[in-house]
Amino acid sequence: MSDHYSEEDLQKEITELETKSATAARLFDIRRIIGGLFVLYGVIVMIAGFTASDADIEKAEGVNINLWTGLGMLILGLLFLLWLWLRPTPPPPAVPEDEDASSS
Amino acid sequence: MHTPTNLAAELRLPTNWLDYTILGIYFVVVLGIGFAARRSVRTSLDFFLSGRSLPAWVTGLAFIAANLGATEILGMAANSAQYGVYTTHWYWIGAIPAMVFLGLVMMPFYYGSKVRSVPEFLLLRFDKAAHLLSSVLFAAAAILIAGVNLYALAIVVEALLGWPQWVAIVVAGFFVLAYITLGGLSSAIYNEVLQFFVILAALIPITVLGLRSVGGWGGLTDKLTASRGDDFVTAWGGTGIGSDNPLGANWLTIVLGLGFVLSFGYWTTNFAEVQRALSAKNLSAAQRTPLIAAFPKIFIVFLVMIPGLVAAVLVPKIGTNGSDLQYNDAIPYLMQQLLPNGVLGIAVTGLLAAFMAGMAANVSSFNTVFTADIWAKYVVKDREDSYYVRFGRLITAIGVLASIGTAFLASSFSNIMAYLQTLFSFFNVPMFVVFIIGMFWKRASMKSGFWGLIAGTTAAMVNYFWIYKQGIIDIPSDQGANFVSAIAGFVAGAVVMVAVSLFTAPKPQAELQGLVYGTRSPGMAEPPAEGDDAWYRKPALLGWGAVILAAACYIPFSF
Repeated sequence: MSDHYSEEDLQKEITELETKSATAARLFDIRRIIGGLFVLYGVIVMIAGFTASDADIEKAEGVNINLWTGLGMLILGLLFLLWLWLRPTPPPPAVPEDEDASSS
Repeated sequence: MHTPTNLAAELRLPTNWLDYTILGIYFVVVLGIGFAARRSVRTSLDFFLSGRSLPAWVTGLAFIAANLGATEILGMAANSAQYGVYTTHWYWIGAIPAMVFLGLVMMPFYYGSKVRSVPEFLLLRFDKAAHLLSSVLFAAAAILIAGVNLYALAIVVEALLGWPQWVAIVVAGFFVLAYITLGGLSSAIYNEVLQFFVILAALIPITVLGLRSVGGWGGLTDKLTASRGDDFVTAWGGTGIGSDNPLGANWLTIVLGLGFVLSFGYWTTNFAEVQRALSAKNLSAAQRTPLIAAFPKIFIVFLVMIPGLVAAVLVPKIGTNGSDLQYNDAIPYLMQQLLPNGVLGIAVTGLLAAFMAGMAANVSSFNTVFTADIWAKYVVKDREDSYYVRFGRLITAIGVLASIGTAFLASSFSNIMAYLQTLFSFFNVPMFVVFIIGMFWKRASMKSGFWGLIAGTTAAMVNYFWIYKQGIIDIPSDQGANFVSAIAGFVAGAVVMVAVSLFTAPKPQAELQGLVYGTRSPGMAEPPAEGDDAWYRKPALLGWGAVILAAACYIPFSF
């Protein structure tokens, strides 16, 4: 690609890299992380809601906001886990696997 | 973009161990994502573009999260406390049409040509001069914005949590450095998706309790109408040409300046955004990336505008000499007043997450442009692929260190930084002219790209710094002047491009395949993947649906 850089060169280069790419085969599914974190946060914040003092509730305009926010986060987390369970990560497309090529 | 400069010291939040536990868990997860994504990086394409393999919902949410940085959240809440419901323009007319245009019209050329970055498209369509100019300016601007973001974070964290500024800068910088160096774009994007949900979990309780504290939406509008007048709670009231309003803009400059030039310039050519779409797994997913992002964008305005409006009611003198609170303090103030420990920890986490999202989007696009566009094309060419992965990691570290340096500089020369930021913002405008003419007019010559960029940037800057700042034409506010400068830059860039094209050689037809409207490249021929023909995945339906929904949202705020 010395002085002339054409679209053909680029198409060739990227297509070649796409066949070697490992992301599709090895990258974990983010739904698991979102689901896990929101279930954990939901539980923590709900516990804060169950043990809320009168001062906490009064501060939040009379709403037990910890309880409601925690419940919302818990439900969101569970929905992500449910989605993951119903539609598991699709199996990676067949790529030539050479373990030693993993870069660091 | 606003930079909060001096938050009132009495905004200190009553955080306790519970809030810090929630924050700590978040930082552990952020790092964990970096480590877990590390094993998916084998080629430079994995590191810089996630191997072009992510699903549309992931890239779509990352697209919106990359924009939903904390400077945006605090800045738009500030805008609302100052200007009222006019803030909706930045979302409904100032974002949705451009996002839909990017998805439906431009994405086939971006994704189909297989470019790795926005400047690389300029290299294919125009020449090296346009390419190098846009690459260097983008890289410099990305570091600057990342640095300003870090500095803004340090100010907010100092006010809210009492950490010294340098601690906040170094801690946030370290986490961003670690997870991007480890996992590349995949780890940046995954963290952005997570950040998106945490930010929502932070903003929704603030909005709900804020509304409740002023007697609901009805109470809010009644009180604002009484104190600020009717126009404050409408989107278009007082924007007739020649009439006076606090925004300092009329409907024409709003539609053309904000809705057309500024917004299209930002959403369609800012690589920090476009990169998310380029990492999608196929053309259909790339097209849907900005379209999926458009739907949350339509509604997020309520989560930033309502806290701003509530603050304007609770602290009537906010932003004036009669109060210690600045406009930027709207959301921190409500956090302090309304949130008990627990949700408070979520809100603090959301705010820090938003700062890191804003910074990481800039760092992960900077390292791509610097490696693929500058280093590999002009400095060290034709090395093996693993060299560029190593270089990408090195330049990520250098980029983060440079933005930490910028943040420390900003803390001593904040005026200079604001000035530089304005300067760079004028570069986005001509980028859009050059793209739109280059994509739709085959005759636009190779040299016209470079000269269009130069002429447009110069015209926008002359208008802003000379005609407006020197008071040659009277424009009532900075925002209004921004809109007018954008229009001036657009027109100048277009005129110069056409003129230069008429006198210089066009690009040979054969080299324009897939780059200009009406041509196709081999990359565009790929068949739709299984399931992509479902009706709810049709780009046209999603795109037009978003436009109609945004237009419908204006109705209750227009009369």
